[in-house]
Amino acid sequence: MKTLTVNIVTPDGPVYDSEVDMIIAKTASGEIGILPGHIPMVAPLVAGAIKLKKEAKTEYVAVSSGFVEVRPEKVSILATSAEVASSIDLARAKEAMKRAEERLQGKSDSVDFNRAELALKRAMNRINVHEGNI
Amino acid sequence: MASLRDIKSKITSTKKTSQITKAMQMVSASKLNRAEENAKAYVPYMSKIQEVVGAIASGTSDSGHPMLTSRPVKKTAYLVITADRGLAGAYNSNVIRAVANAIAERHSSKEEYVIFAIGRMGRDFFLKRGSNVIGEVVGLPDQPAFADIKEVAHKAVGMFTDGTYDELYMYYNHFVSAISSEVTEKKVLPLTDIAVETGTTASYEFEPSPEAILEVLLPQYAESLIFGALLDGKASEHASRMSAMKSATDNAADLISNLTLVYNRARQAAITQEITEIVGGAAALE
Repeated sequence: MKTLTVNIVTPDGPVYDSEVDMIIAKTASGEIGILPGHIPMVAPLVAGAIKLKKEAKTEYVAVSSGFVEVRPEKVSILATSAEVASSIDLARAKEAMKRAEERLQGKSDSVDFNRAELALKRAMNRINVHEGNI
Repeated sequence: MASLRDIKSKITSTKKTSQITKAMQMVSASKLNRAEENAKAYVPYMSKIQEVVGAIASGTSDSGHPMLTSRPVKKTAYLVITADRGLAGAYNSNVIRAVANAIAERHSSKEEYVIFAIGRMGRDFFLKRGSNVIGEVVGLPDQPAFADIKEVAHKAVGMFTDGTYDELYMYYNHFVSAISSEVTEKKVLPLTDIAVETGTTASYEFEPSPEAILEVLLPQYAESLIFGALLDGKASEHASRMSAMKSATDNAADLISNLTLVYNRARQAAITQEITEIVGGAAALE
């Protein structure tokens, strides 16, 4: 069966590089599945999990904002931050979630509110990816 | 001439100083290695993002995105990347001088420009001069992560978009080699010099639309440029601290050898004087 090369890179360095059968990513316009031979495409990503299917196994990578570039045999994901499920620090993510929640409770100043909300989303995303319930 | 003991204590203190500078030199050398690795890890990200931005920009020639179009300049922002500490030769002063010169040349009043400072030295300088420092990051680790400067980069890009200023320049030391770096001025916004690649790039399908992608992509691109400059600056900071400490150590060695010479000479003179006195005393007795 044909496979796809996936590259996940962040400003802090490459995070993931491997051959997979299928990729499922959350983009701004909805979830998309990418199989080998996909037409070239670019789409922005929202914070969420990238599912990488490889034979029977599925791997998860948590990404924050970024975008995905698709070519027929190669997919590049450029995110401002990305973490493979196994390397997520659960304690830190929970800490971040608590902080964000407290900030949300505190005040509703628009800029801070938006930022806290985004931080909360990111933290929840990381926890979900770590626990594998997506 | 200074007394023997004075010279001796001067030698000891110089030796101690040189031990410290030697240690600092070695610490900087290992930090430089790490910084170069970081800069290397960042390259694939940057080249990829450049490729995609180029492809989109060439596909949609006249998108009119605010970040791509120059507008009349009423206010300019300068992002200055310096170190937090000194003892790095001319590293900080070079950057600060370049910015100060540019400001003196281009602007007549403080209302015409704002400063973003990354690094304590630059921040302190511009605060002292009473410039309008609207964003700052100090106390960055030696191996900065993107998350460390995300906020200030985001702010710098956001304030351009909402029209607070019309240009954003950044100043940093570009790492040339372990012994040299050069001050670089780079225009970050508006993004006028995107390399449009031709030929190799596939024509992409944009989901949902090219405009929506640019909306996400361009801020990310500009923020990455700032991060790239920071990594570059960090590498040259460690390099210039290393060479500054190396020359300090060398100078200390020179000083010690000169002082030792003076010390020996003084000791010999004292001995000679003693002998002369003894001989003179003995002669007087005869």
